[in-house]
Amino acid sequence: MPTDIALTVIWVLPFLASLVAVAIPRGARDGAAWLGGTVAGICLLATLALYPAVAAQGAVRSGLDWIPSAGLNLSFRMDGLAWLFCVLITFIGLLVVLYARYYMSPKDPVPRFYALLLAFMGAMLGLVISGNIIQLAIFWELTSLVSFLLIGYWYHRGDARDGARMALIITGTGGLALFVSMLLVGHIVGSYELDDVLASGSLIVEHPLYPVTLILLLVAAFTKSAQFPFQFWLPNAMTAPTPVSAYLHSATMVKAGVFILTRFWPVMSGSDLWFWIVTYTGLITLIFGAYTALFQRDLKGLLAYSTISHLGLITTLLGMGTPLAAVAAIFHTANHATFKASLFMAVGIIDHETGTRDVRKLSGLRRFMPFTATLAIIASAAMAGVPLLNGFLSKEMFFTETAIYDPNVFVNLSLPIGATIAGMLSVAYSVKFVHGVFFGPPPTQLEKTPHEPPPLMRRPIELLVLICLAVGIIPGITIGPYLASAVTSVLGTETPYYSLSVWHGFNLPLVMSIIAMVGGVAIYVPYYRRLRDVDGAPLIGRWRGQRIFERMLVTLTNRWARKVIATFGTQRLQPQIFLVVLLALAAGVAAGWARIGQLPLPDSFDPVLGLVWLVGGISALAAAQQAKFHRLAAMILMGGAGLATCLTFAWFSAPDLALTQLLAEIATTVLILLGLRWLPKRLPTPDDVTWKVRIRRYRDAGLAALVGLGATVASYAIMTSPAPEGISDFFLTNAYSQGGGTNVVNVMLVDFRGFDTLGEITVLGMVALTVFALLRRFRPAADSASRPEQQQVLDDMANGAGQQVADDFLRIPALIMNWMFPVVIVVALYMLLRGHDLPGGGFIAGIVMSLAFILQYMAGGTRWVEDRLRILPVLWIGWGLLLALMTGLGAMALGAPFLTSAFAYWDIPLIGKVPMATALLFDLGVFALVVGATVLMLIALAHQSIRRPKAASAPTPKIREGLDKWN
Amino acid sequence: MELTLALAIGVLAGSGVYLILRPRTFQVIVGLSLLSYAVNLFILAMGRLRMDAAPILSGANANPADYTDPVPQALVLTAIVIGFAMTALFLVVLLAARGLTGNDHVDGTGN
Repeated sequence: MPTDIALTVIWVLPFLASLVAVAIPRGARDGAAWLGGTVAGICLLATLALYPAVAAQGAVRSGLDWIPSAGLNLSFRMDGLAWLFCVLITFIGLLVVLYARYYMSPKDPVPRFYALLLAFMGAMLGLVISGNIIQLAIFWELTSLVSFLLIGYWYHRGDARDGARMALIITGTGGLALFVSMLLVGHIVGSYELDDVLASGSLIVEHPLYPVTLILLLVAAFTKSAQFPFQFWLPNAMTAPTPVSAYLHSATMVKAGVFILTRFWPVMSGSDLWFWIVTYTGLITLIFGAYTALFQRDLKGLLAYSTISHLGLITTLLGMGTPLAAVAAIFHTANHATFKASLFMAVGIIDHETGTRDVRKLSGLRRFMPFTATLAIIASAAMAGVPLLNGFLSKEMFFTETAIYDPNVFVNLSLPIGATIAGMLSVAYSVKFVHGVFFGPPPTQLEKTPHEPPPLMRRPIELLVLICLAVGIIPGITIGPYLASAVTSVLGTETPYYSLSVWHGFNLPLVMSIIAMVGGVAIYVPYYRRLRDVDGAPLIGRWRGQRIFERMLVTLTNRWARKVIATFGTQRLQPQIFLVVLLALAAGVAAGWARIGQLPLPDSFDPVLGLVWLVGGISALAAAQQAKFHRLAAMILMGGAGLATCLTFAWFSAPDLALTQLLAEIATTVLILLGLRWLPKRLPTPDDVTWKVRIRRYRDAGLAALVGLGATVASYAIMTSPAPEGISDFFLTNAYSQGGGTNVVNVMLVDFRGFDTLGEITVLGMVALTVFALLRRFRPAADSASRPEQQQVLDDMANGAGQQVADDFLRIPALIMNWMFPVVIVVALYMLLRGHDLPGGGFIAGIVMSLAFILQYMAGGTRWVEDRLRILPVLWIGWGLLLALMTGLGAMALGAPFLTSAFAYWDIPLIGKVPMATALLFDLGVFALVVGATVLMLIALAHQSIRRPKAASAPTPKIREGLDKWN
Repeated sequence: MELTLALAIGVLAGSGVYLILRPRTFQVIVGLSLLSYAVNLFILAMGRLRMDAAPILSGANANPADYTDPVPQALVLTAIVIGFAMTALFLVVLLAARGLTGNDHVDGTGN
């Protein structure tokens, strides 16, 4: 369907183009600009093409199911209001792209600029055409994020970074508020679809959660649209490049706040709460912005405060709650976008051509840039509300609405008087802008002589000013129908009669306009010399939101955060582990307390097992006690506990585990023995055991005892309760028929759970490589860099022949170890081959095989072995992993799922029937990897002793060029 | 029998926890090893204790009731190998930290 396609193009294309723009080389300004312009143009055309459908049907929709179960769908919906915004976004976007082509310096990374601009366009379009309110909140956040990146575009400037951060914090907070508000709306209405929400009538206003929902929505709208008291981020966002200010911070993004108010106006306005908060926030902002704008030296600052003021005007209108006010709000939104964007662009040109935006340095530019001056003067007149320009019409509507009689005296007086004062002020600052910049004597403080910009840079302003005039003179023809469809989409059947004609007769609003005009000039003329030099508004200039914000930021993120970290945080490991263990214990107790029930008394006792664990338990406790000062003893004791574990495995029908445990125990022992040499010498010094240390030890011992008790109770409770129906029977029944092996554990590892094993050996390989990499740059501490004390003693004894003495140790066992080499290899292969049917397998065989190598190292010494044998453990790891992977992929090649195994029996002469399963190939891969990983780790560690590495005294470790193959 | 093993698990776990709370890296490595013994035995115990019932099938038509539960065993076998790898990695990190900081305190700042 064409409307579907057009809607999709509108929100997808800018994002896609943004990705493309990122890839454009830095210098290609024209390419990026063409891309941006084309995309904006296509989106504009797509929007325009949708108008007939929007006008006829009220709204066009398109959608994609995303998470239908959660009510989350990608849904897009364009009605009259969204259409008007889309036109603003794409049309002004197009002009800004053109303008930026000339504004941006060739030195800037222009493609990044266009990428962000396009991303913003996509986000903003997505926001206004969202048909789902959650999705709307997401696009809303996206506009805040892109705005942050665009404000910080010149990120080498500190003020740009600060402004960007401030904008992000303020608008991002608003985004969170909006998200919660949308969740509440969805909760109240029962649907997240905008159509359902808009059709809900007075449901939301009557709901008890309405105040919360409304306040959150207003926080979002006020932060985004820079309403008091959140207005201060907008002037700081002026550090962005001027095209960004023109586009995001006057024409489009800041309108998102009033857009959302307009969007939800039909279902959320009409309450007293809405009226008072929205109207008076708007009115305060309106007057405050206009007042402050009058005292700005920086032209962009002036325009920023003027934008705040105009946004306040729109907000006031929306707050009043009458249908006519809503019409005026929508109308003024469009008008403001046109004249303010053109003014920003004009200021950009002035800045570009004169090098300054300071109103004190500028004057008389009319003579140097007559065209730009004329355009800017017309746009300023529109801003001031001069008749025959678009600003006049909507301002007149505003005056009309404020002048309506209200029974409340305060409202009846404050609204028209406030509006007139603001009107006077806005005339005054418009006159200040025009008179200060374009009239008067020629400027004297400029570094270069200003002149007209390139014609194409002026073209966007010309177009916008033309629209200001056209709408101002013949509103009925130019904007009438589009405004009507936008208004109808918001007000529906409530749409009032309104007249867009320029002349309404001599009435109160006209009198207010005249007072504003005359009053504005009357303010400016007597004081213009003083206004020129002043910076910051009198009376309220010191009370700056920015200062308060910064102080809050420092307090929250620095002072308080530090205090919290100092109070509750620690960088020390021990308290952290203590807390983790404590929490684990608490969780275990909380989960198990009620379920333990009555524990049965033990019904059997095996004295042999009891003896084994008498030894094992004492070993464990002694290891815990000895580990600080007697590392070797602790290690031997730990081995004792390990052996008890190993025996227990064998005892309770787990031969594979017993074998693996035994071998892993040996490898671990060798490993730690190799490492002990680098640890510092530690002697017991009784005087440093303070009370604090002692208490900590008792506390830890207490926790350990509790954990031990908990583990005992839990395991006893489980062991004495009947086993539940598990998945074990499946493996026992099918191991032989489907896996072709009788050792069920092995069949599970290489067949049923082969993928798991593949992951495990990958981890093992990675660990080995990490160990190797860490040891390449190993620097021992200074006090353990020299030869160990024992070797030095030998040196002294044998007059420097200590190495020979050491070599002569263990001659006979070394010879036996040499002879054992082939035997151990045969054992390893036997373990590997029988693994499928009897205890054994790749893991066990792999460790056995690596022990064969280690034995040779122990017997002959590193140099002796490496002169005779080239072990390439990294290749073993690589081939092992590859073989395991290939076995799995081979199954896929034959059409079976990954790692499916096949098996058959081969009749080999003399040997007989031999079971052959592809699982054996997989196990071979496991074997090779385990060999490689274990040998790599052990040998890399062993090599540190012969490397004579430098002590780690140098502050910057340098990579030594490898002298032997281990470095 | 069950009580013996339960006590063994408790003693191993207690010793391990005490050691991982200690300030020296070597104590922590021993503690982790002891703790992993405890955990491995605990997992094995999940399958309940059977003697002389190793999951090595005697023929094609096996009765599952004659054998012990193989699932915990497969899990523990994996755990033992990974435990070995963990010990190796931890040992090397410990040595590197000792080289860089000059001491063997877990925070790298002790004496």
